[in-house]
Amino acid sequence: MPSLVVLGAGTAGTMVVNKLRPKLGPEWSITVVDPSELHHYQPGYLFLPFGTYQPKDVVKPMTHVLRKDVDLVRASVDRVDVDARTVHLTDGRTLDYDYLVIATGTTPRPDQTPGMAEAMGKNVHEYYTYDGAMALRRALDGFTGGRLVVHITEMPIKCPVAPLEFAFLADSYFSERGIRDKVEISYVTPLPGAFTKPVSARAFGDALAHKGVQLEPDFVVEHVDGEEGLLVSYDEREIPFDLLVTIPLNMGADFVGRSGFGDDLNYVPVDKQTLLSDFSDRVFAVGDATNIPASKAGAVAHFAVDGFVPNFLAHIQGRPMTHLFDGHANCFIESGHGKALLIDFNYDTEPLTGVYPYAKVGPLSLLKETRLNHLGKLAFRYIYWHILMPGRHLPVPIRMSMAGKVPAADVEAEPHDDAPPIPTF
Amino acid sequence: MPTTTINGKEVHIDAEGFMTEPSEWDEGIANVLAGNIGIELTEAHWRLLKFLREDFAQQGETATTRRVQTVGGVPTKEQFALFPKKPAKKMAYIAGLPKPKGCV
Repeated sequence: MPSLVVLGAGTAGTMVVNKLRPKLGPEWSITVVDPSELHHYQPGYLFLPFGTYQPKDVVKPMTHVLRKDVDLVRASVDRVDVDARTVHLTDGRTLDYDYLVIATGTTPRPDQTPGMAEAMGKNVHEYYTYDGAMALRRALDGFTGGRLVVHITEMPIKCPVAPLEFAFLADSYFSERGIRDKVEISYVTPLPGAFTKPVSARAFGDALAHKGVQLEPDFVVEHVDGEEGLLVSYDEREIPFDLLVTIPLNMGADFVGRSGFGDDLNYVPVDKQTLLSDFSDRVFAVGDATNIPASKAGAVAHFAVDGFVPNFLAHIQGRPMTHLFDGHANCFIESGHGKALLIDFNYDTEPLTGVYPYAKVGPLSLLKETRLNHLGKLAFRYIYWHILMPGRHLPVPIRMSMAGKVPAADVEAEPHDDAPPIPTF
Repeated sequence: MPTTTINGKEVHIDAEGFMTEPSEWDEGIANVLAGNIGIELTEAHWRLLKFLREDFAQQGETATTRRVQTVGGVPTKEQFALFPKKPAKKMAYIAGLPKPKGCV
């Protein structure tokens, strides 16, 4: 009896098992391993601190989300023995596999920055976990004025637009409470601008400025001083805060490191087009757990899994994998005051301005704050629970299209022989 | 990819000025590139640049500041002291290696 073992029943792992179960014959066993009893709608964490979403909106029992005809093993992974094709669980049990899919995602690690974990829950908060988001909700509720600092420790992070959304929503939230003039909001990032790529960095930078949020770029945190309320960088800059909302360093699962195949941050090295691991033709990784050069986000996982399913079926029959992932994803970005922006991009094309999905008519606008994009964001929670997780088909193109997009201005000048360009740092 | 002449040698560079063919790099070029951005190379700089070159030859990717700390044994703080403000980008530029990847 051939067996597939999937590690992790989050967004990516759930889509993988729910889509593969009906396609693999009854002779296949599918086992999914996860220590949790609950499935969390993680994009909803952003709305918990502001009281827009309630706990019931973001949590469901895992057994309601996974198909009944897969085996769920509630356990944590100790390590994977690739040569023996065995997964060792921390409770001592073992699972043998013919094929393995690693979908254990990425996790915020405040313990990796000196001083951060110690101050967590006091004047330092995060919202990338359910408990953290609920603790921040109480902190925001009691915040009557002062310096709010929104901070990214190091890239890559899960959902790289979420900290921007937090800053935008904080502006909106304090305006509604009538105390916006008593709150100074800053956005502190290790990136050279508000975002990763030039066109969107400019658009988001403008949005931050428009909302009165101070941008502090190129800030690489060395330690957090919770008692003094200071963020200190490697080049000895200090940023004072009364309330720090940080995105801690993100890392893949520890068992990936213990198994000996992870990179520096415990991500699984895979082929970026097929998601087959570099070290075994029986191991794949999907979602945030991989080292592919794309955003760590459910949207990326969704588009990647659409191609992974036919690839996996071909691979187990010894046929070549032909659904090559182009890194495509899109996501709505809440900007507060009932509006949102939309970005659409892939490995090669940065987020651009224009309309989506159809040229000229849109109807959605890219990199522009509109009410329609906000409605799209709110609709997404329904789509997540009722279309994506059950493995139903979402009728949008898998591969990215340039239709409707405005190309980035071609600013690349040919260098002259006598004067090579020197990068600006 | 356009080419240019650095230290008497024809090399390929991108629009920003980063070398795109690591095999074209030599120590003379490193000195010129460092001078371009106001850095005088000391023994400590060279130790780091050599690690980056060797690591790239093995991994096929430019080491991050994290990797330079954990694998190369040079603390991040020292990397900032040697290559102020943006160590990852500056080290890659002088070592003739591709810019560290940035994702969306």
